[in-house]
Amino acid sequence: MAAMALKRSRSFPLVLGAVVLVASIALIELMIRGGLINRFIVPLPSQIVMSFERIIVEEDVPARFWLTLREAFWATLLLIVFGIGGGALLHRIHTLRLATETWVAAMASAPTVLMYPLFLVIFGRSANTIIMMGFVAGLAPVILKTLEGLSSTRRVLINVGRSFKLTPAQLYWKILFPAALPTIFVGIKLGMIFALINIVGVEFLINFGGLGQLINELAERYDLPGTYAAICFVILVSVLFFMFIERVERWLIPGD
Amino acid sequence: MADTGRLTQTATGLPAISRVTQVRIAIIVAILVIWEATAASGLLFRDVVPSLLVIGRAVGHLLVDHEFYWHLGVTATEVGTGLVIGGLAGLACGLALGASRFLSRAFEHYLYYLGPTPKIIFFPIMIMWFGVGLGSKIAMGTISCFFPVALSVAAGMRQIDSVLIRVGRSFRANTWQMVTKIYLPAMRAPIINGVRLGLGVAIIGTLLAETKLSNRGVGYLIINSYSTFDMPRMYSLLIVVFVVAIGANAIVSRFADSDTVKRR
Repeated sequence: MAAMALKRSRSFPLVLGAVVLVASIALIELMIRGGLINRFIVPLPSQIVMSFERIIVEEDVPARFWLTLREAFWATLLLIVFGIGGGALLHRIHTLRLATETWVAAMASAPTVLMYPLFLVIFGRSANTIIMMGFVAGLAPVILKTLEGLSSTRRVLINVGRSFKLTPAQLYWKILFPAALPTIFVGIKLGMIFALINIVGVEFLINFGGLGQLINELAERYDLPGTYAAICFVILVSVLFFMFIERVERWLIPGD
Repeated sequence: MADTGRLTQTATGLPAISRVTQVRIAIIVAILVIWEATAASGLLFRDVVPSLLVIGRAVGHLLVDHEFYWHLGVTATEVGTGLVIGGLAGLACGLALGASRFLSRAFEHYLYYLGPTPKIIFFPIMIMWFGVGLGSKIAMGTISCFFPVALSVAAGMRQIDSVLIRVGRSFRANTWQMVTKIYLPAMRAPIINGVRLGLGVAIIGTLLAETKLSNRGVGYLIINSYSTFDMPRMYSLLIVVFVVAIGANAIVSRFADSDTVKRR
């Protein structure tokens, strides 16, 4: 009976999940200490935890974090301007939408991040390459979701606007855009996720910028605990970023 | 509206090009003209935007180059092996999470939040574990496609019609029979969708790993053309990779679509 009650409780699965995670880490520590896992390939988890403070202080993680954040901010700004603008344009010109919507969808599934050597040639080994890669990777979902949001506005709302003799601009800003905002935000969320993945990934690949470069530098120095700690730090930042976006989404769309 | 994309017949009997096709042709022509004008203007560094003729010739050379097909074969092997290992692990994990609400509440949020993290950051670890050869690229393909397949299968499993599950239980089907006769057939669409997403990210993960550290594969060819500043070859490689990736995605999507149509 008690076991069933525990199984049904809301927090028990979460606690068990965390316990299993901690136990797995402890097991790895024991296996490394026992010589079952080579410590020159997998460092001790305790060493990784100890290196957190070292990499934060010595590698100037706050400055790197701030740089990645700035790149993500500029990429997001470009996404909002060109993504929403592109979606609104396709919604306004129906023929253009019919002609290009499949192209935009194909762009969403294309491995655009592979163009980074091309962007390196065009923009140089600079933050501009990283920002543009983030922007290109996130553009398609923002355009498609803006288009979906504007197209799925309820007919009755548009009719109400027309009965008030709103001008096309008023109809857009007072009816269409507010009604489409939740869907547009889903697009921006997806775009931001793609942009962040690509920003950190390209930072790592071209060895320039913030958090991605940190991992590359530590790996090239063969600082094993530092490399693992930096990877854990980037995962932590990504997870917190996604949680933050989800909170904002829930705040914007309380009904969902 | 549905007819706008079709070719219509004119009075003379010749097929008239629809307005949508006209717009498509106009956009393509405009892009090509702007490209050619930029190439001729010298506004950018020489060869950054090569002439279309030069790119076309480079694509031609690439397609008759035996060495390219060897590298394509290496990348295909890495992506395919990664997809099989990551896909099967994702399938098993997704089935376990989808079948048990308790397991899902305990562990699924880890997958959910780890899924969108940039996988390429694990590459240094994969090199240490599996070396600089094929192993580390296969591992990158595996971890890239594991998450979308696992999450898609877990979500698909929860959407199975409960009547089907009750039918299986009323026939006293064991776990293996439930998986093979009820769960897997009922989840064909989410599994195919997961494989489609997994294939896309496995291609990206593998090729990025090849651009970072490798001496074989298409990713290596791309970064090699960057290092030697052979821009026409780089453009031709990117064009071929995009066509292959989008084509593979479209083929897997068609499987999902045909399955949906059959079900209707």
